Amino acid sequence: MHTISMTVFDWAILVVYLGFVVWVGFYLKKFTKTDSDYFLAGRRNSAFVAGVAFMSANMGALEVVGYAGQGAEYGLFALHFYLIGAIPAILFLGVFMMRFYYNGRIKSTPGYLKERYDEKTRVLNAISFAVMTVLSSGISLYALALVLKTFLGWNWDLSIWLSAGFVALYITLSGLLSAIFTEVIQFFLIWGGILLLPILGIIDLGGPTKAFASLPQVYTHLWSITGSAADNPMKLGWPALVFGLGFGISFGYWTTDFLIIQRAFSAKDVRSARMAPIISSYFKILLGFVVVGSGMVGLALMRDPHSGFTLLHTGGKINYDSVIPLLMMRFFPPGLVGVGVTALIAMFMAGQAGNMSAFNTVWTYDIYQSVINKKASEKHLIWMGRVATLVGILLSIVGAYWARSMPTIIDYLQAISSWILAPAVAVILLGMFVKWISPDGAFWGMLIGTLVSFSMFMALELGWITPGAIAPGGEASAMAANFWRAMWAWLISSGIAVGVSFFTEKRPEAELVGLVRGLTRDSEVEQVPLLKKPIFWASVTTVIFIVLNIVFW
Amino acid sequence: MIDGVTQMKPIWYFVGWVLIVIGVLVSAAGIYYLIFPIDLDIALRGLHMSIWWGAILIAGGALLSFFNRKPMSV
Repeated sequence: MHTISMTVFDWAILVVYLGFVVWVGFYLKKFTKTDSDYFLAGRRNSAFVAGVAFMSANMGALEVVGYAGQGAEYGLFALHFYLIGAIPAILFLGVFMMRFYYNGRIKSTPGYLKERYDEKTRVLNAISFAVMTVLSSGISLYALALVLKTFLGWNWDLSIWLSAGFVALYITLSGLLSAIFTEVIQFFLIWGGILLLPILGIIDLGGPTKAFASLPQVYTHLWSITGSAADNPMKLGWPALVFGLGFGISFGYWTTDFLIIQRAFSAKDVRSARMAPIISSYFKILLGFVVVGSGMVGLALMRDPHSGFTLLHTGGKINYDSVIPLLMMRFFPPGLVGVGVTALIAMFMAGQAGNMSAFNTVWTYDIYQSVINKKASEKHLIWMGRVATLVGILLSIVGAYWARSMPTIIDYLQAISSWILAPAVAVILLGMFVKWISPDGAFWGMLIGTLVSFSMFMALELGWITPGAIAPGGEASAMAANFWRAMWAWLISSGIAVGVSFFTEKRPEAELVGLVRGLTRDSEVEQVPLLKKPIFWASVTTVIFIVLNIVFW
Repeated sequence: MIDGVTQMKPIWYFVGWVLIVIGVLVSAAGIYYLIFPIDLDIALRGLHMSIWWGAILIAGGALLSFFNRKPMSV
């Protein structure tokens, strides 16, 4: 396979972007005076800036390149990851949960667990999260180097060290402030780089009607092929989609993962914090059509013998993740190649910067200040945040080399999030909506839920059980098993949290005001006009969500 | 710094300028290779997408920068 060749114009575009992100780090350093500036971007962002950053943190390359690959493999069915697998959870976060998260005393999701339950629950969650973010960042670096080497022919080591170096520089200097600044520009660059792919693809295929008609029915519908798992290419029945993806996986990620939620924490007030995810829901839907649409263009081109378009083959199998870079090679002339390559690099850097800014906050507040140095000054905390960023980046580089030497480890590392997030969402949801859940109940629920999820994963990996053993109905694909595993982790964590709470000491109600529904008044939002209410915009998204599901049923 | 208050340009101002600079480079590439064509194995090359897409980036960037040029106090 020949690689993408870059002209002087393309290189200039990449240099402009990299120069800008470095300059941002230095420019914002003078505005980074307090720990709140460094870890929460000063809590002065508008709802729109926080919403764009919220979305940008999710637009990592693993997501965009990976879901475009799913579009190329499974067609429109992959849009479920952007609809049922995202929208209900995002809206639930904005409408119900953010008012409890956004609190002067709370600076992270483990911080919420401290206020709502106790210190041990917070530290358990913080340590799990810190490990998860560093490993995710390592995988992201590995994937970046792989893409740059495969499609641009760049040196592996140089790609890893240079991209990690740029992220280290601007996050170390100005923390979340520069992360959000660069995420907003990355957001526009990513759109600038990938929006054209489905548009040009559809033109190339002879228009939307012809492009859609060129694919079999199983690649152009969402729900009509889910009556039985055997009816669709992903081998998922509707219960796995609704309960496993729509609840177990999606709520774990969108309502608990601090990497995403931290962006909403940076908003200037509780209404803006609640609006941030709701605003991002519109972009999420649009992104789904662009990303999955690009994958479907690749699928349609592959099926057309006259197109000459083929995907990369790795180890004798089709590498569906190669669809975005290969479409760029097919359609992008000089200039646009620079935008496309810059968008790819921006996606990787956005993902890594998101991981690092979340890691330094959780490490500093929820582990270092909570356990190691309770009397640390504000200045010392900023210093510790910078040290944590550098150490986190170095650990990510180690993780990237580890993944390179042992590629199978990537499956294990990527599964870590599902071991941690589903049990966490169980105790956070119970904490927000049930006032009698006790600290011990939450701790044991989260710990045992994580261990059970991990055990199920290992049992499946080692072949001790089949995917069908954990799926109702007894037959399931590996992906369905993944969805059901998250659901079981949630159910077990919830059950243990409820059971243990019957026998252990509860927190007094007076200490839970502002943290639990029923003890918290929604005073700030009640005062604003309809068009500024989160519930109004969440309702609009809900209507769009329902209509799209019906149209593509 | 005005009256002891630090002034920061809105984020959209910088986004606008980055889009303008990148848009100029994309359009310049499109125009350059229109005048001095090279043999490229790409589909739909007759659309000259670099020129149009660069112009769209320039226009979007100019609007963002113009409407967000006033600094804000932090």
